Amino acid sequence: MISRKIEVLVGSFLLLGFAAILMLMLKVADSQLGGSEDSYRLYAKFDNIGGLKVRSAIKVGGVVVGRVADISLDNSDFSPLVAMDISAKFNQFPSTSSVAILTSGLLGEQFIGLTPGFVDEDEDTVLMADDHIEDTRSAMVLEDLIGQFLYGNSDEE
Amino acid sequence: MLTNTNTITSLGRQGLDFLAGAGRAGLMLLGALKPSGRGRKMVPLLIKQLYVVGVQSLTIIMVSGLFIGMVISLQGYTILVDYGAEQSLGQMVALSLLRELGPVVSALLFAGRAGSALTAEIGLMKATEQISSLEMMAIDPLHQIVAPRFWAGIISLPLLGAIFSAVGILGGHLVGVDWLGVDTGAFWSIMQSSVEWKEDILNGGIKSLVFAIVVTWIALHKGYDAVPTSEGISKATTATVVQSSLAILGLDFVMTALMFGS
Repeated sequence: MISRKIEVLVGSFLLLGFAAILMLMLKVADSQLGGSEDSYRLYAKFDNIGGLKVRSAIKVGGVVVGRVADISLDNSDFSPLVAMDISAKFNQFPSTSSVAILTSGLLGEQFIGLTPGFVDEDEDTVLMADDHIEDTRSAMVLEDLIGQFLYGNSDEE
Repeated sequence: MLTNTNTITSLGRQGLDFLAGAGRAGLMLLGALKPSGRGRKMVPLLIKQLYVVGVQSLTIIMVSGLFIGMVISLQGYTILVDYGAEQSLGQMVALSLLRELGPVVSALLFAGRAGSALTAEIGLMKATEQISSLEMMAIDPLHQIVAPRFWAGIISLPLLGAIFSAVGILGGHLVGVDWLGVDTGAFWSIMQSSVEWKEDILNGGIKSLVFAIVVTWIALHKGYDAVPTSEGISKATTATVVQSSLAILGLDFVMTALMFGS
């Protein structure tokens, strides 16, 4: 029959394997146990989303508050519509907030920067689920910028 | 004219042989996975095979994982430092290990370390008439010999792949942070913000599982189907390593295209 030693070794092998999987999940992917947290969805229309991708971060002052859930093209006016899942912890953004597509570093990945607007004392309006954010600024496209720079210079001469 | 006919005949025979071999492999697996009604008695056999297939492959998997992680880290650093992006080293090491190198290299090592041993063992059992003796005693050799080895392979390889990736990331950390001086906080946090457990870890696990099924199946079939001579066993062992390696690399491309292609 199999000896005790083999049983112990097989047991520790299995434990080691599960420990490795657990380390990959928690330490490397940093996923929280307990599944996805609650979130609510906001929409914003841009003229140009540049290199924004699904699952790009949404940041307020550098703190990640949510992720881009979906990007689609509005068929009526042909502008990109971005759906954003914001963590339910942050549910007090005034409806005058604005969003802009920003770039981390000069050539880094793009994310959405949300700037909270002023709070109107008279009417207490916060952004609710499925609201649209009207005040948006599009992505900075490097080619456009270079083009503006070149043509801007030639105008002055 | 005669030679032409012979060529065509041999081509046809090869095709038929291939189909018959695939059929025998499928029947063998079906026979082995068929419920045998003696579930509890299988546990000691399975533990024995987990030891042979899993525990004994642990050393080579961990050592290779460590060195591969260290090499990716060293190579990645020399490239990334040119762009001032050496803090993304953790992301590069983790993603390349989890998505590709972990499942693929551990499966290749597994085919060489455990697959060849399975083939040789079963081939020798066949050559020494042990399989026929089991049948004489009314014990189904598929249940007694093939099934525990198959399950042991399927349980072991995904675990070995995960251990490979984990040790590789630690090796990458060793070289990148402790030797080359990348900031440890940036190493982990950029890795954590880019690695998704469904997208990367789960898909790597699926790859590992598919490789486990394919490699173990090929190894068992080659052994069970070997010509029972010393030459036949040597040919079967070679065929196991060659065919599983090709199958791993081919399937890896298909799965990568399906998982990450779009």
